[in-house]
Amino acid sequence: MKDLPESAERAEKLKGLGSSRKRVEDARFTQGKGNYVDDITLPGMLFGDFVRSPHAHARVTAIHTEEAMKVPGVLAVITAKDLEPLGLHWMPTLAGDKQMVLADGKVLFQGQEVAFVVATDRYAAADGIEAVEVEYEDLPVVVDPFKALEPDAPVLREDLEGKTEGAHGPRKHHNHIFTWEQGDREATEQVIAEADVVAEEMIYYHRTHPCPLEPCGCVASMDKVNGKLTIWGTFQAPHAIRTVVSLISGIEEHNIRIVSPDIGGGFGNKVGAYPGYICSAVASIVTGKPVKWVEDRMDNLMTTAFARDYWMKGRIAATKEGKITGLWCHVTADHGGFDACADPTKFPAGFFNICTGSYDIPTAYLSVDGVYTNKAPGGVAYRCSFRVTEAAYFIERMIEILAIELGMDAAELRRINFIKAEQFPYQSALGWEYDSGDYHTAWDKALEAVDYAGLRREQAERVEAFKRGETRKLLGIGLTHFTEIVGAGPVKNCDILGLGMFDSCEIRIHPTGSAIARLGTISQGQGHATTFAQILASEIGLPADSITVEEGDTDTAPYGLGTYGSRSTPVAGAATAMAGRKIRAKAQMIAAYLLEVHDDDLEWDVDRFAVKGDPERFKTMKEIAFAAYNQAIPGIEPGLEAVSYYDPPNMTYPFGAYVCVMEIDVDTGQTEIRQFYALDDCGTRINPMIIEGQVHGGLTEALAIAMGQEIAYDEMGNVKTGTLMDFFVPTAWETPHYTTDHTVTPSPHHPIGAKGVGESPNVGGVPAFSNAVHDAFRAFGLRQSHMPHDHWRVWKIANGLGLHG
Amino acid sequence: MIPARFDYHRPGDIAAALAILGEHGDEARVIAGGHSLIPMMKLRMADLGHLVDLQDIAELRGIVVEGGTVRLGAMVTQAELIASAELARAAPLVREAALQIADPQVRYCGTVGGNVANGDPGNDMPGLMQCLGATFHLAGPGGERSVAARDYYEAAYMTAREDDEILTAISFAVPAGGYAYEKQKRKIGDYATAACAALVTMEGGRCTAASIAMTNLSDVPVWSEAAGAALVGTNCDAEAVSAAVEAAKADIDPTEDNRGPVDFKRHVAGVMIRRAIERAVSRA
Ligand SMILES: Cc1cc2nc3c(=O)[nH]c(=O)nc-3n(C[C@H](O)[C@H](O)[C@H](O)COP(=O)(O)OP(=O)(O)OC[C@H]3O[C@@H](n4cnc5c(N)ncnc54)[C@H](O)[C@@H]3O)c2cc1C
Repeated sequence: MKDLPESAERAEKLKGLGSSRKRVEDARFTQGKGNYVDDITLPGMLFGDFVRSPHAHARVTAIHTEEAMKVPGVLAVITAKDLEPLGLHWMPTLAGDKQMVLADGKVLFQGQEVAFVVATDRYAAADGIEAVEVEYEDLPVVVDPFKALEPDAPVLREDLEGKTEGAHGPRKHHNHIFTWEQGDREATEQVIAEADVVAEEMIYYHRTHPCPLEPCGCVASMDKVNGKLTIWGTFQAPHAIRTVVSLISGIEEHNIRIVSPDIGGGFGNKVGAYPGYICSAVASIVTGKPVKWVEDRMDNLMTTAFARDYWMKGRIAATKEGKITGLWCHVTADHGGFDACADPTKFPAGFFNICTGSYDIPTAYLSVDGVYTNKAPGGVAYRCSFRVTEAAYFIERMIEILAIELGMDAAELRRINFIKAEQFPYQSALGWEYDSGDYHTAWDKALEAVDYAGLRREQAERVEAFKRGETRKLLGIGLTHFTEIVGAGPVKNCDILGLGMFDSCEIRIHPTGSAIARLGTISQGQGHATTFAQILASEIGLPADSITVEEGDTDTAPYGLGTYGSRSTPVAGAATAMAGRKIRAKAQMIAAYLLEVHDDDLEWDVDRFAVKGDPERFKTMKEIAFAAYNQAIPGIEPGLEAVSYYDPPNMTYPFGAYVCVMEIDVDTGQTEIRQFYALDDCGTRINPMIIEGQVHGGLTEALAIAMGQEIAYDEMGNVKTGTLMDFFVPTAWETPHYTTDHTVTPSPHHPIGAKGVGESPNVGGVPAFSNAVHDAFRAFGLRQSHMPHDHWRVWKIANGLGLHG
Repeated sequence: MIPARFDYHRPGDIAAALAILGEHGDEARVIAGGHSLIPMMKLRMADLGHLVDLQDIAELRGIVVEGGTVRLGAMVTQAELIASAELARAAPLVREAALQIADPQVRYCGTVGGNVANGDPGNDMPGLMQCLGATFHLAGPGGERSVAARDYYEAAYMTAREDDEILTAISFAVPAGGYAYEKQKRKIGDYATAACAALVTMEGGRCTAASIAMTNLSDVPVWSEAAGAALVGTNCDAEAVSAAVEAAKADIDPTEDNRGPVDFKRHVAGVMIRRAIERAVSRA
């Protein structure tokens, strides 16, 4: 460090951009001192919980609550009839649909909320639930979205009967929700008709669930004296929740306070609004006491927002040489009983139209049909930005299948189709403007790092040895080059329920040169308190260690749309930098006054303003802060604060190149990840250690999804994977070693060039794992086999290809 | 995930425990490590008025290897099975199998008695004990009796034990020969997709004794006499092993679950059985 110039040494001390600063959150998390919703206990607090439907589709003919009311400690059993006079028996969903808060005459999925039992503690509530008797009349169940669209399929949403217009345009069937089209259909179909080669396949991305460590819950507390409703809850978007609560309850927004305390993982699961929130609030308003509701694991898996469940039919056209000429895609999207998808309003299939991926595809067409079935509602971005994982999986499978069709190496096929560095900003055929990228550099670096040619040689030898009967293991090489689209988003086209998707930061510098920054986002484990302080440290020259970052309390934090879709750094991170720049601008005027020079005669130097050409004359930010509060400066208001609301001009487009090397035992279907290499380019890197942690976590979730994790239903609509015995969440035992790497291609429009990274590894990881499985069997003729690739499904591939003799 | 209310009893000896069971009949159930029973209670699939906790009963504890016999107290935990150097020397098969049960957290609580007592077809120890030819010792109102592990299991959750009897200990002769426990599972903490315990004794290149038992491949553990017989007298070459595998597969009756359909399970069972036998032979 001695060799560093003096200013670089000062910069080190700030622990700003690029510093692998330790996470400030971890002291409390690792010592069990976090403060989660279920840690909140208020005097006189009651506990509420749900009677849930055991049926996937049934009419509710009667609800008998008398026995439950006799259970000691049970105070109330709330049903839809009780909520109806308040207009709260249904609630709006984020997707412009509505959802029953409590069963209103029928149930549409197993686990649906039927009645809310309020009791003095959770044990009494559980006994009360047992004592509620509900009479059901079974209705025919539809769990297959294709069957749901058959002419004589049972009507699921009787409330919508006769409605031919939905929130996203015309409905063409009683179980149809919307059709969303992008691109040029005619041109694409023509390209496909005239192409040398066309690969066609149905790619299914199965239904799964974010399954955060902490399930959803809240504590609602109505203070009848001052008329203020406070809700502590597992909210990924506390401000949006406040506005929605105000709109549906009629309580004025200033009389609602939403607090997201520590959140034990969200991954999209905590974006939406759940009946538990409404019922707790109503129960608190009625009883005048705080009411807590916290899900258990089964509630969480069976009823809160799921992810994926996309049937993606694809056609990809290319020349004989492998240059892609067109992409056609039709998605049948299973949304469950209500459309509670969490997507920006104008994007009912999220950003699925990023499905041209990293490739220069001149012509493309996409259509998506949303369908109701007897499954739980949701459709959230599980660690991805609005259906980007589905899109990435789709294109990365289609590329592999096209490679098979062409008899080409899949790495080479990618290389000849990548968007070139000089083509950025790049207009995609499906409507996006990619901000920046250098895919060829990343790809070559990745292939070299894993010795791709050597791996292919080894694989070929393995196939020969297998054919000679010398081994029962095959080797798969899973490739992925993904492009994400994150940072929703520009208010001109991104809103949720009419709320623009800007974000915000408010900074107060304290007189002695430390600071507090508040943001409209909310960390759920991402480490915002660590990284946002680093952005500010570099912008305003105060040490990151002297900056507190606070989020999640709507009474104190500025309005913002919350944390999901990797939007915090692209949007709130930008707001942070911009607010920091406002601080610096005022500081410059103060410094000029103190140094008796003109503003323009000063230059910024890490943590101070110095007189140009006379670096010995300077004022540090610390000195300026003190002066800002304590010195009368003509023409300048006291204090040093700033607010920025940032409306991003564009999304950011992180990308990456992943390679997974997998050993597969064809006799047992067991798989072992021998090597996983992940190169991520998220633009400017704020904290490399946190990036690495995010990549490890995202890859592990990707491993889970690709290799075993699913929400599976039987024909009767029963959830078959409602506990962690059957729902796969990897532990250290199943998790392989990951090698991480990076390139840096800053975003040209983001104030610090950062792009967001939390979700990339899930977006890119799933196709990498899945492609490895497929690739292992390519030599034996496999084209497509649906995830998750658990033992029996892998075994089934081998069996189907005749490898069991 | 909250059980219905129950009364909790914590007797200090077997007689007191039996007395509580006698008093409350069907309403009472003993609890050992609780890792099978408590989940059932939380799911409200088991609704019991009285839980009789066995953890203060010293007579139910301890691992004793003496005079060529191993005796495991019913309340010995799986973690204790793994930690015992004496047991590892006398019956390394037990340790190898115990290490494949669930995960360390479960193994700290789960007991060997609780694992074998109630006839849960997913548990690994019943098959293991059948392979070892173990004897289960029961104490009831009428006194003590013993039942061979191979005679104990009648159907899923149906055993030779009466409701008012407590399993006090398991004993078996120190096994000879080579051993192996092969288990396929989806992940850590999972029950077997298929598992097989094998003991093979070889003398002068000939197999003189063999015992093969399987887990989670029927509604009861499966000890395949025919599989053992197929090996005895042979040199355990590929042909003999294949014959044993086929014999063992003829004795199983797996059902479809989330781990996979029947044809898959039968296939994987064959692989596990073969691997267990081959590894046991290699150690014999
Ligand atoms: C996540 C998870 C994964 C698991 N995976 C496996 C696995 O892979 N393999 C495996 O073998 N096991 C597995 N188990 C089960 C675990 O080993 C159990 O702990 C064990 O099977 C039961 O032992 P216990 O002491 O917990 O019994 P309890 O749960 O206390 O009792 C189980 C039953 O046996 C009865 N019982 C207990 N002791 C006696 C006795 N002395 N006399 C009479 N009746 C008695 C009880 O009344 C009860 O009906 C798993 C458990 C969990 C929670």
